[in-house]
Amino acid sequence: MEWETVIGLEVHVQLATKTKIFSAASTAFGAEANTQACAIDLAMPGTLPVANKQAFHYAVMFGLAIDAEIGKRSVFERKNYFYPDLPKGYQTTQLALPIVGPGHIDIELDGGEQKRVRIHHAHLEEDAGKSLHENFQGMSGIDLNRAGTPLIEVVSEPDMRSSEEAVAFARKLHSIVTSIGICDGAMSQGSMRFDVNISVRPKGQEKLGTRTETKNLNSYRFMEACIAQEVARQIDCLEKGEEIRQETRLYDGDTHKAKPMRSKEEANDYRYFPCPDLLPVVIDDDFIAAARAALPELLDARSARFESDYGLSAYDAGILCTDHPTANFFEATAKSCDDAKLSANWLMGDVSAKLNAEEKKLADSPISPEQLGGLIARIKDNTITTKIAKQVFEFMWAGEGDADAIIESKGLKPTGSGDLEKMVDEIIANNAKQVANYQAADESKRPKMLGFFVGQVMKASKGQANPQQLNQLLKAKLDG
Amino acid sequence: MELKTIENLAKLARIHINDETLAETAKSITEVLALVGQLQAADTDNIQPMAHPLDAVQRLREDVVTETDQHASFQAIAPATENNLYLVPKVIG
Amino acid sequence: MHNLTIAEIIAKLRAKEFSSTEITQHFLKRIETLDPQYNSFITVTKEQALAQAKAADKRLVKGNAPALCGVPIAHKDIFCTNGVKTSCGSKMLDNFIPPYDATVVENYAKQHAVILGKTNMDEFAMGSSNETSYYGPVKNPWAVDCVPGGSSGGSAACVAARLAPGATATDTGGSIRQPASLCGLTGIKPTYGRVSRWGMIAFASSLDQGGVLTRTAEDAAIMLNVMASFDDKDSTCVDHELSDYTATLQDSIAGMTIGIPDEYFSEGLDPRTQELVEQAIKQYEKLGAATKRISLPHSHLAVPAYYVIAPAECSANLSRFDGVRYGYRCEDPKDLEDLYTRSRGEAFGDEVKRRILVGAYALSAGYYDAYYSKAQKVRRLIKQDFVNAFNEVDLIIGPTCPSPAFKFGAKGDDPVAMYLEDIYTIATNLAGLPALSIPCGLADGKPVGLQLIGNYFQEGRLLNAAHQFQTETDFHTLSPEGI
Repeated sequence: MEWETVIGLEVHVQLATKTKIFSAASTAFGAEANTQACAIDLAMPGTLPVANKQAFHYAVMFGLAIDAEIGKRSVFERKNYFYPDLPKGYQTTQLALPIVGPGHIDIELDGGEQKRVRIHHAHLEEDAGKSLHENFQGMSGIDLNRAGTPLIEVVSEPDMRSSEEAVAFARKLHSIVTSIGICDGAMSQGSMRFDVNISVRPKGQEKLGTRTETKNLNSYRFMEACIAQEVARQIDCLEKGEEIRQETRLYDGDTHKAKPMRSKEEANDYRYFPCPDLLPVVIDDDFIAAARAALPELLDARSARFESDYGLSAYDAGILCTDHPTANFFEATAKSCDDAKLSANWLMGDVSAKLNAEEKKLADSPISPEQLGGLIARIKDNTITTKIAKQVFEFMWAGEGDADAIIESKGLKPTGSGDLEKMVDEIIANNAKQVANYQAADESKRPKMLGFFVGQVMKASKGQANPQQLNQLLKAKLDG
Repeated sequence: MELKTIENLAKLARIHINDETLAETAKSITEVLALVGQLQAADTDNIQPMAHPLDAVQRLREDVVTETDQHASFQAIAPATENNLYLVPKVIG
Repeated sequence: MHNLTIAEIIAKLRAKEFSSTEITQHFLKRIETLDPQYNSFITVTKEQALAQAKAADKRLVKGNAPALCGVPIAHKDIFCTNGVKTSCGSKMLDNFIPPYDATVVENYAKQHAVILGKTNMDEFAMGSSNETSYYGPVKNPWAVDCVPGGSSGGSAACVAARLAPGATATDTGGSIRQPASLCGLTGIKPTYGRVSRWGMIAFASSLDQGGVLTRTAEDAAIMLNVMASFDDKDSTCVDHELSDYTATLQDSIAGMTIGIPDEYFSEGLDPRTQELVEQAIKQYEKLGAATKRISLPHSHLAVPAYYVIAPAECSANLSRFDGVRYGYRCEDPKDLEDLYTRSRGEAFGDEVKRRILVGAYALSAGYYDAYYSKAQKVRRLIKQDFVNAFNEVDLIIGPTCPSPAFKFGAKGDDPVAMYLEDIYTIATNLAGLPALSIPCGLADGKPVGLQLIGNYFQEGRLLNAAHQFQTETDFHTLSPEGI
């Protein structure tokens, strides 16, 4: 039987606020254990939460970025369960009225095809602390620095059909939240974590199969591996005639295997109810407008603009809009030399090749956009040839300065037009016979015969003469 | 109320209840539920639930760090700590 | 000296008739000798009180001291006090010394009030008789074989026994007004959100409200002036203009309309209580108020709604007591589950356990709509009753409790009988309205309380009406025999 995989993702995105969602303690990563857990984060008796405005600002920015409805009235609820990393014994989260309603994220598949993944909603909630399983007299240690860090949980519809699509979605989401600046994107620090809902069904069947949820994935590689394993496991089960159990599985990054969580935890009844310590959050149009104003141009929109404003191909625009730094580099280069096409070609060609060869990022480029623009300007005004430009580029990459300075100091300046004319005159004077032949020849044969003179001048100029300019000059003098 | 239900609730709420007091607990909770059962007679069609007495909205706080490290005073009253960490019996992952 | 009201103490401190140190020593001595028979204090902060009194005396000499400077008072043991044990009446917090102050505690500290100690209470404020305290029951100074009411039983008993001239308290379903009624005191629960809940250990967050227990309405006004504040650390605290509650005490109440709800004078009301309340209503008519029969048709649903909402909120509020970061931890837990279930099982008393379990039940899958959601809908109906009533009347009057103080153990094994003790007080918590109780006479030597309910943020008007009653009557000046 042919099977179809159905995948939905729930992604926890840590927001880049300075303070926790309900307390004014720092969220900075890497502090000594429990030094950033204040009385509220520790759930000391009598302490109360006050919601962080910036967390809402970021959540609304995200909502706008995925073209979602913004929840103008959102309500925090308590999700009750006991765990040592959850000091209050409940997680404050949103359920019935989340801050971000339905939206969508478009992903690019291999072959350039676009696919739209629907977002069910995204809600604000608090992160938990961490249990450290090192052996302290046979005990675990609890660090609550992370407790209360604001998260948005982005919940997709089950719209993905392969691990490739799931990874493409995850990457796209990562690109959105980092490019709009609401998350630092540091996956190794847990800034983005994935829960994957997976089911399979016979191809053509509409009804969804029983799904499992695998939690705790924090890399694309793990996600890909985990989906492959789980899909294979489910198909194997179904082909053996077994039923899939709806369960939560936990992925172990060390063993690269997922295991079902204990059924005890699964049987949990979270007893959600509106948090009586917090009031409904009402977002007005001004708040939304401020979030919209804070939103940088989205990459998709920027790419479309590159096509229309700069006349770039969709392909080139897409590559230049892989991320904002690349797109920024391009726009700065194009502005300084006033030639978008050449800027695009140099950036995607020589600059990109150099970066790849040296395993560098664009941010590490020794050549600034203005410097690159300066080089392109000299090509445009015919000061140098493209061939010479490549030599200049090498010197620039080595840190020897701006294009003009290098052209000057390395003597790469082509024979100026005055010099060239002198040279042409000299060649014509010294080759009277060839000149006579040329002038006697038929129009149609002349271009070929011109090659002799071009070659002579090139030789004299040591290859630095601009071929186009030279051709014109020779024709003007010889044709009379 | 069945004893099994009480046991499940006690498990959810992480409260140990002695076998001897289980029946007594079940009896008193049954009485309370009979009292609150009077709610069922109320006509609440088209009435929205009211979670707060006042129709107020949440104030939002500026994102400025004002809390300082006080782990020493917080951990001075903790049952068990080591290396700045709160200790609990091993958490099985 | 101990029979002086707060207003009198303030005047005499300024007239240098005695110092703060002298009056503080006097009350400390009384607590030491008399409280063993009432058990109204869990902790007496003698050294600290004397140090505070000394500082207050210095401050008084400078002149222009804040109103409560040097006045000794007591805090209910539900308010966190930096460096002083705050037990909430529970074994769970018997070893809990908070490293921070409640906003209420801070407000009194700023005034240089002197804190005599922390008063006894029902465990986590769950109870109407003070019998659920880990520290043992509090005795009613009017009849030591009777309960003082609860949950603020310690605060009420210490003021009634003249061990303190006033005390802070909290009210979730009647926990200020019912003890005020049973101990012959003035007790006010302000509008929800008028007093900060920061540092006040939560029982049911949407119902809890701090207030005061004093002997007179004037003293309540003085104490509430300090207690009420806007606090941005409590999201539910309301940024409503603060008034000087003492400024309007003398206003005439002639022309005021007072509503008498039929539902508050029905079956279950002790006839002696009914008679005293009716006499009090006549007194109000003499003072020039018009009275009017009104109906609060959903009153009978207040207790059922409350016993879903309060347990639901408390079941989550008390989850933080898990033996991990502070408070009681069982011996040698064998695993994590054992740590949780035994710490909580051993440290919570029966009533607390009962409410947590009821709350968990009301919120659990399949029951949420029938219980929790239903109760929140009924809550809106109850509020609407009051909103309608306040379109017609300025205040609502009635009994505070169905009967005077009852004997210890009288409602011991019947939680529902105990819950009905708050039948007249609970609705105002559900609606978030301010209400107070003042003494209106004695029945068989035991005090009876009159309840006045006001519209939102009408504490000033309530205290004005109470004060006017007290200028014409002397029930509030009566003291238990031998005191």
